[in-house]
Amino acid sequence: MATLDHDRAGAAPWLLSGPALLLFGGLLLVPLVLTLVLSFHAFSDSQGTLAAYTLSNYLKVVTDPYYGAIFARTAGLAFAVTALCIVLGVPETIVLARMKRPWQSVCLLIVLGPLLISVVVRTLGWQILLGNNGVLNNALQALHFTSEPIRLVFTMTGVVIALTHVLVPFMVMSVWATLQKLDPQVEWAGLSLGGSPLRVFRRVVLPQILPGVLSGSIIVFALSASAFATPALIGGRRLKVVATAAYDEFIGTLNWPLGATIAVLLLIANVAIVMGCSRLAERRFKHIFD
Amino acid sequence: MSFLTLKGISKRYGDFTAIEQIDLEVERGEFLSLLGPSGCGKTTTLQMVAGFITPSTGTIMLDGRDITHERPEKRGMGVVFQSYALFPHMTVEGNVGFGLEMRNMKRAARAERVAEVLELVRLSGLGGRYPKELSGGQRQRVAIARALAMRPELLLLDEPMSNLDAKLREEMHIELRAIQKRLGITTILVTHDQVEAMTMSDRIAVMHRGTIAQLSTPFEAYERPKTAFASTFLGKTNLLSGAVVRRNGRCAEVDVAGTTLKVPHEGRPAQGDVNVYIRPEKVRLAGVDARASGCITTRVFIGNQWLLQVDTGIGRLSVAQPNFGAPPPEEGEHVGLAWSDDDLRMLEKEKPDGHA
Repeated sequence: MATLDHDRAGAAPWLLSGPALLLFGGLLLVPLVLTLVLSFHAFSDSQGTLAAYTLSNYLKVVTDPYYGAIFARTAGLAFAVTALCIVLGVPETIVLARMKRPWQSVCLLIVLGPLLISVVVRTLGWQILLGNNGVLNNALQALHFTSEPIRLVFTMTGVVIALTHVLVPFMVMSVWATLQKLDPQVEWAGLSLGGSPLRVFRRVVLPQILPGVLSGSIIVFALSASAFATPALIGGRRLKVVATAAYDEFIGTLNWPLGATIAVLLLIANVAIVMGCSRLAERRFKHIFD
Repeated sequence: MSFLTLKGISKRYGDFTAIEQIDLEVERGEFLSLLGPSGCGKTTTLQMVAGFITPSTGTIMLDGRDITHERPEKRGMGVVFQSYALFPHMTVEGNVGFGLEMRNMKRAARAERVAEVLELVRLSGLGGRYPKELSGGQRQRVAIARALAMRPELLLLDEPMSNLDAKLREEMHIELRAIQKRLGITTILVTHDQVEAMTMSDRIAVMHRGTIAQLSTPFEAYERPKTAFASTFLGKTNLLSGAVVRRNGRCAEVDVAGTTLKVPHEGRPAQGDVNVYIRPEKVRLAGVDARASGCITTRVFIGNQWLLQVDTGIGRLSVAQPNFGAPPPEEGEHVGLAWSDDDLRMLEKEKPDGHA
């Protein structure tokens, strides 16, 4: 029989979590540590990765404005995508939550469906839509809104649009979860106390789904800051973000230590921002939610 | 004219009829309970009064004003919800003051009113807490305070006690009734708990399948149920099936399994098959004056009472005997039972498609 007796638990907890720990250690921890070690290796153009250890990779990334611009661009991209996901995803979820059945399930499937399709396929789809001879530009010109194509592919605007489309389902899912937990009577209570529907939404509903918006934002931010496929395909080789820059160092210039350094710095920045946000949220919502 | 009038109210959802032609009048200052099992339409009725759902037919008048289609936020009613529906992100003060804030009351006046109401529900000093930090009973008091803070003319209570434990519930019955009387606030309570309805109400509307089965004072409803449903839902009762043999001036003679019972017909045209009812506490153990006799099949002691089941010639009778000190005869023993004819009730058997 199961007991809460600590002494008798023995090896069971370790054995039970063993497979997961093995997977976690083997596939995540080890490569991460190897990448970290790699980032401290010296590199020479003629001999490749050297056995010597150095801090020069970090110095280079931190001081070189070229990398600074890439990091700034990535941060801007992540913030823009997160903001757009909030603006689009939150109202979308609220509308979804108020829909009647069969339609609710149908629309939810439409919203979450793109997650079932490969990011690459979806991004190529955006390329067809946004290209200079794409559907959007052809339509705009046919309707005489513009006389020449608006450049969207290989621009930040294009990347932001495509990445928002890729990531908005995560915001929807996160807000959806908090909306489901919301006591439907709370809204009625607000109305019965004389609040107009708008005021009730702003003062009663919105504050309660804020944790969902926040966790959705954290997910979206982390994913867009480290996004690779969409920026690579829509942004192209010139419009680099951190993930594509690291990739280019690894594959293009074969400067593995520098690529590793960029990857490690991205990880640190991401973790710092995400942890900071959730710490802030925890303190803010501590005595409100269970 | 009554303070609140429901006239011909129905509510349909597609083919399903939740409420069927309800007429109800509530006087100013009255405490009225809508009592019934789940699914009887009592909560739907309350929600239509509050304005959360719109009736399919009929009109609702409040103080002479037609409010059938008025928005809930314009009705100015205080509502206490079953889940309390407190705002978890606001303190107790924020919750209680919310209605006042919506009415743009000045901060100072608001604080004064909030303190006043919190004192009324005995929550002074807890204003700074969040709902999560309160016990179930305290949360319920906050919900009541929040509804009362706006000084509504009509208070609607939707099963407010169902999340409290039995002892606390009894205390709250008395306390809430006292507050209601002190403020003289017209109140409608929705409940499935007959004790709750009886303790607090001036009148009870017993609801069944979207209609009002009986509307009367608690005493009337218990003593003179007008429908089979009301007689079985309110308290326990013994049901005996019989047929009217003769109708006299005051009584009808009813044949129940070969025994003739004299049942007051109260002016009704009693004939044919009827159900005869008698409350367990109106049956007593008797010696020589026994009207029926039988064998005790079960005997249960619940403190203030002994509950007996006796198999008699006219059917199995439940008997509730007050605890006088000495225990009644044991299971298996033979006892005589007696009652007063005035305590028998009779209702015509309803049609199979009726509410029997």
